[in-house]
Amino acid sequence: MSESIVHINGKEMPLESSSRLEDILRAQGIDPSDARGIAVAVNERIVRKGDWSQREVQAGDAIEIVTARQGG
Amino acid sequence: MTAKMKQNGHSTTRDRDISKDDSRCGDPLVIGTMELTSRLLLGTSGYPNMQVLLESIAASGTELITVAIRRINLADEQQEGFLSTIRSLPVNLLPNTAGCYTAREAVLVAELAREALETDLIKLEVIGDDETLMPDTEQLLKAASELIMSGFTVMAYANDDPITCRKLADMGCAAVMPLASPIGSGMGIVNPYNLQLIRDLIQDVPLLVDAGIGTASDAARAMELGYDGVLLNTAVSNAKHPVQMAAAMRHAVMGGRLAYRGGRIPQRFYAQASSPTEGRVGSAK
Repeated sequence: MSESIVHINGKEMPLESSSRLEDILRAQGIDPSDARGIAVAVNERIVRKGDWSQREVQAGDAIEIVTARQGG
Repeated sequence: MTAKMKQNGHSTTRDRDISKDDSRCGDPLVIGTMELTSRLLLGTSGYPNMQVLLESIAASGTELITVAIRRINLADEQQEGFLSTIRSLPVNLLPNTAGCYTAREAVLVAELAREALETDLIKLEVIGDDETLMPDTEQLLKAASELIMSGFTVMAYANDDPITCRKLADMGCAAVMPLASPIGSGMGIVNPYNLQLIRDLIQDVPLLVDAGIGTASDAARAMELGYDGVLLNTAVSNAKHPVQMAAAMRHAVMGGRLAYRGGRIPQRFYAQASSPTEGRVGSAK
């Protein structure tokens, strides 16, 4: 079971057949070509936008997708 | 007149009517490569609604507003609209590392902020506990050092401790920001002696008072102590009338700055007549 799961913003999600980060983001409703204001880390390491299409995601990876919010 | 703001090599020029604010001319606040006309930095959290936030930003005259970095929630359209709305304003964004307890977390959030917002600016917060939200100095110094090495323009939220502030300044922080009192407390400047010591000891790096400001006189006092600016949020966002309070803070910061530059008189224990003592009616001479 565990080999087909990734964590996206703290939630368990099934890892689809494609394991490229770009496709995972697209499945989340994010257009990688228009992702201004968004940043992504995998396993606490940042993955720059230019690397999204190359980056393979492994089962068990923790993906954080963030943006700016109200803050002090 | 125009105020030029530079960030990351991008320049935006905005026309300002400063005919009524000509006291500001020639006295910019410089943080890294950024030049600010306003010395008030405003947080964007906790306002009754987006409209009040936007009106408060305008009324404050600020050119630098803070934002947090949080997990995206595409289901919440209002949240997703926040960034595009504030990006349309003539202000720079200062992302923070609020909520981080370790240097490791803070460095990651700073890197995410740089990637998301295309800015090297970071308000570095590394807190020690939930009750006081006071900085964890050990982790703060570690994170500041790493971020400076990675090319960030670090504005460090610090305890009102002269030694910590001196260390942050010496390692290359672009601004050091000791607290007036705990975040959101509205207690004002609880240790003016320490804040004055810090200012006396650190002349070479911009100092801002961050956190704890409750009302306009607190902001004015910080500026009168010689601080280069004030960063506040809750005092405006939670005020009964945030837009009015934002305007009050704008004037307080300007007034305090002018008073500092004007040079206050020494305090005396006894009175000193301001009218001439010679030629008084009914006097013997």
